[in-house]
Amino acid sequence: MRASVRALAGAVVTVPITLLGLALVTFLIGRVMPIDPVLAILGDRAPEEVIARTRIEMGLDRPLPIQFFRYITQLMHGDLGNSVMTSHPVTEDIAHFFPATIELATTAMLIAMLIGIPLGVFAAVRQGSRLDNVVRVFCLTGQSVPVFVLAMLSLLVFYARLGWAPGTGRADVVFQDMVPENTGLLTVDSMIAGDWDSFRDALAHLAQPAGVLAWFSIAYIARMTRAFMLDALSGEYIITARAKGLSAARIIWRHAFGNIAVRLVTVLALTYAGLLEGAVITETVFSWPGLGQYLTVSLLNADMNAVLGATLVVGLVYVVLNLLADMIYRMLDPRVR
Amino acid sequence: MLTRRTLLATTAAIAAAPVNAGFAATPKDVVVMAKQIDDIISLDPQESFEFSGNEIGGNVYQRLVRPEVANPDKLAGDLAQKWDISPDGLTFTFTLKTGPKFASGAPVTADDVVFSLQRAVILNKTPGFIITQFGYTKDNVEKLIRNEGGKVVMTLPESQAPSFVLYCLSANIGGVVEKKLAMANAKDGDMGNGWLKTNSAGSGPFQVKSWKASEAVSLEANPNSTVKPHAKRLIIRHIPDPSAQLLSLEKGDIDIARNLETEQLKSIAGKKEFTPVASAKASSMYLAMNQTHPALAKPEVRQAIKYAIDYAAIQKNIVPNTWLVSQAFLPKGLPAALTDQPFEKTIGKAKTLLLQAGLPNGFEVTLDYISTAPYADIAQAVQANLAAIGIKATLLAGEQKQVITKTRGRQHQLALLVWGSDYFDPNSNAQAFCYNPDNGDSPKLKTLAWRSSWQDAELTKMVAANVKELDTKKRIAVYEKMQQLHQDRSPFAFILQQQEVATMGKGVSGFKVGPMSDLTDYAPILKT
Amino acid sequence: MVSGITRDWLLSDSPASRSQAAWGRRYRLWLQFRRHGLAMAGLCVIVFVVVVSALAPVLATQNPGAQDLAARLAPPSAAHWLGTDELGRDLFSRLVYGGRITLGMVLAVVVLVAPFGLAVGCVAGYAGGIADKVLMRVTDIFLAFPRLVLALAFVAAMKPGVESAVFAIALTAWPPYARLARAETLTFRNTDFVAAVRLTGASASRIVLRHIAPLCLSSLIVRVTLDMSSIVLTAAGLGFLGMGAQPPSPEWGAMIASARRFLLDEWWVPTIPGLAIFVVSLAFNLLGDGLRDVLDPKQS
Repeated sequence: MRASVRALAGAVVTVPITLLGLALVTFLIGRVMPIDPVLAILGDRAPEEVIARTRIEMGLDRPLPIQFFRYITQLMHGDLGNSVMTSHPVTEDIAHFFPATIELATTAMLIAMLIGIPLGVFAAVRQGSRLDNVVRVFCLTGQSVPVFVLAMLSLLVFYARLGWAPGTGRADVVFQDMVPENTGLLTVDSMIAGDWDSFRDALAHLAQPAGVLAWFSIAYIARMTRAFMLDALSGEYIITARAKGLSAARIIWRHAFGNIAVRLVTVLALTYAGLLEGAVITETVFSWPGLGQYLTVSLLNADMNAVLGATLVVGLVYVVLNLLADMIYRMLDPRVR
Repeated sequence: MLTRRTLLATTAAIAAAPVNAGFAATPKDVVVMAKQIDDIISLDPQESFEFSGNEIGGNVYQRLVRPEVANPDKLAGDLAQKWDISPDGLTFTFTLKTGPKFASGAPVTADDVVFSLQRAVILNKTPGFIITQFGYTKDNVEKLIRNEGGKVVMTLPESQAPSFVLYCLSANIGGVVEKKLAMANAKDGDMGNGWLKTNSAGSGPFQVKSWKASEAVSLEANPNSTVKPHAKRLIIRHIPDPSAQLLSLEKGDIDIARNLETEQLKSIAGKKEFTPVASAKASSMYLAMNQTHPALAKPEVRQAIKYAIDYAAIQKNIVPNTWLVSQAFLPKGLPAALTDQPFEKTIGKAKTLLLQAGLPNGFEVTLDYISTAPYADIAQAVQANLAAIGIKATLLAGEQKQVITKTRGRQHQLALLVWGSDYFDPNSNAQAFCYNPDNGDSPKLKTLAWRSSWQDAELTKMVAANVKELDTKKRIAVYEKMQQLHQDRSPFAFILQQQEVATMGKGVSGFKVGPMSDLTDYAPILKT
Repeated sequence: MVSGITRDWLLSDSPASRSQAAWGRRYRLWLQFRRHGLAMAGLCVIVFVVVVSALAPVLATQNPGAQDLAARLAPPSAAHWLGTDELGRDLFSRLVYGGRITLGMVLAVVVLVAPFGLAVGCVAGYAGGIADKVLMRVTDIFLAFPRLVLALAFVAAMKPGVESAVFAIALTAWPPYARLARAETLTFRNTDFVAAVRLTGASASRIVLRHIAPLCLSSLIVRVTLDMSSIVLTAAGLGFLGMGAQPPSPEWGAMIASARRFLLDEWWVPTIPGLAIFVVSLAFNLLGDGLRDVLDPKQS
């Protein structure tokens, strides 16, 4: 237990430093972008006097260190500034866009777990068999397909040709803005509202992008599960259990799998962090109004407040998940304790 | 309030069957339009200056006057019943119609008009110059634009061509907002600007219900408007990908697709359920040649490039439906536009011109372009055309804002750009492409001519004089002459003019695209 | 038989020289690797792609940049084996030339990243103390960054193109190498043989360079091979978002990006380069997987 307390104390120091570094790097990149940030607000036709006035209003005439200091001070007060693109405060935008990404990534995560873990376990149990080889190749294919190709082909086949899946976006037009927003997760909100048509629609829209996004992670999870299981199955206690005449299923799931669960949790936490990031391209292809799309669009429009805010949020989640994985590992794994 | 239940009820009543949730067709009184709308920065008419924002502004706000849709050379009253101009051209008096009402139900008064025009000058946002170029400032505007016994009286600080003034007033910035509502939502002296960015206070056929950036704009019919739209609700969805737009149109998820490109239009050609409508737009695609590049500064080289481009092949093969060949600075549709096409690909002539310039072996140059379709394709075609006469162009792609930042800083050599007229008067383009009185580093006005470091004393003088020409016929003749001079001398090779095509899906009719964004009407859209 | 002699020499139980022993060890690894069918398949594909790319000028049926606007988006035929793209350019020739760009980018990234990550990791691991803390904190910051986002932002800040893309990918790819090298270094730092070298008076830089770094190599090679596939994917992803190789370059990701709008009707135009990316990426994965079994058994 003491180790995890120490880790927590360390985190209190390191997380802010990491985030500060993150903010600095993003800030610098934003300031050397070959796009005039004033242009993002005013467009091409503004007269010179208007441009000069706006530049001063935005504080862009000050030296860089002062600009950065001002940004960080605002950040301390929970103010991420206003987005030029949406003309809303960035915090509001994030509250609006982030749930969409969470919904997508979480669904993808569930799919990946439900398929990846059993695959990994079975492959390990039948190590060297044909099934093992099939799983192995499947895993490697999953890690070799460019997400955008998969997304495009999936749209072509399931939406355009077969008509099994609805199109891009989060909901059909008819269902847009019809469910009161509580959690921001459309599936959950529609369930709360008891609006089952909306729920079905939201779920239908979610399935395809989540499936595409999950593909890569299925591979990773299956692969790690297989490796852990092989390790566990060769342990002495398994041999003992076998000697006691316990059923194969009981040995595999209760003893071996129970033993690797801890290590698997850390893998899952890291996978989840990766999914949040992987959503960038998936969201672009599926016009999914999430944080990834928000980030790409604001980046291309030099909307720096939005880019900084979104990057910090994604970075924060990443760091926290990493930390969590680390702490769970320390807390639950007897060897580290 | 309109809820989905009522929407569904309408459809269900007709279909007499439960709606299949995932694949419901859109209800009759709701029109769904797919369009690239990520250019919107603000919906405030005195601030908006982007294509999509202006188009919505044109349907939410009314102006004093408007070019007639059938004959854009002519002006018609929108809010104004009639207008009188004093013989010296200095004073305009507008008598207002009595019918128009804001969405709130309040009638449109001279006070609202005066407030809106003053607001344009006082806020002085991006499009502010359209009104301030008459000579108005924060300090004089309250005296010079006023309400006199229910009539709007505008006194100009200096005389201007009357058609120029009226066309400027017909632009989106002339949209009339309800003074009371705007001021009720004012904050820190912004005259309601912050609130009007995402809300509306107009008398047009629609009102803004919500705008979610890069997602959707939702409009609702204005119950008090004099023009009654057929649709109760109009949703504009941001679908950037043209093939996704077509797919949604085929599936019945949307009613109108606005950004279909050549390929999609080709694939629906001849299908009865789709109705494409097209209109030439006042947007030109041109190749700018920066005069700081020593080779491009030679007049023969500039002409050689104009003779190297294969206009016809580019138009016919890459953008047969969405762009037209256009070679003058005034595109078809604008008053005084010159429609003859003196240039065609003539390799021999282009090579001779290069020889005369002392560059028989060509030279190296960079070409900036916007990385999206169709600019990317056309830039590559132009690159191949230039290579045929020995000019080696290296392509540099960029996001639109990035390319604009670069040309504003005069750092490009060649650049393939697009320019849309600011308002429906020839002066907008004439000034942009010809006027450059100060070629120094920080002039008051960074026109397109300035950005390419090009200064032509004669044309600059003609621009300044013609904007004050009181005789409309003479004014038109001078603009025609200027276009010819421009073709002979300028560092701008005009290639194409946009032809906007909107495609209506099954059962949809009545939509027409205007020659300017703020002249595109949603009200006549009918769904059966 | 010459090969027989060579084989015996390689597999000799009592090598006569250090080099014979070293070659013998490598040969045994090769024999082990050769039994790995999938990995061999991966290797063959990569060798094939390398050869095709090298011979691109010979193999290509046309100039990959030659436009024929009248023959846009033509379906596969005798004249154009894989059809033509949006400017009437021959897809087969572009595909063949595109391999050069993809392989070149992968190579460039690896050359940049592996030595740098190795250096940072070894120095941090060996030096310990403040240097370790600072270096690892910087590594963590870069690790905390969403990879694609950082690459995107970086390329946007420079100018889009192959060089920027390579630097951007390198920028995001080095931290895992540094971590790996550090972890390996830590396990070696206090071993007897390093202590022995230290006793002979070897300088710290010599110890790291001559004795520790080479020991990290085998796990590094595995990591590099497995990473190549993700480099291919990231490069293509950048190209797809318009931030990688620029037209008229026939980079596969960029080819997909510009042909994406034809997916519904001329589906083969974007799909063919997509398949090429998949095949190369899969080959690297198979190869890396096999190498890991051979070189780094404890990881598999």
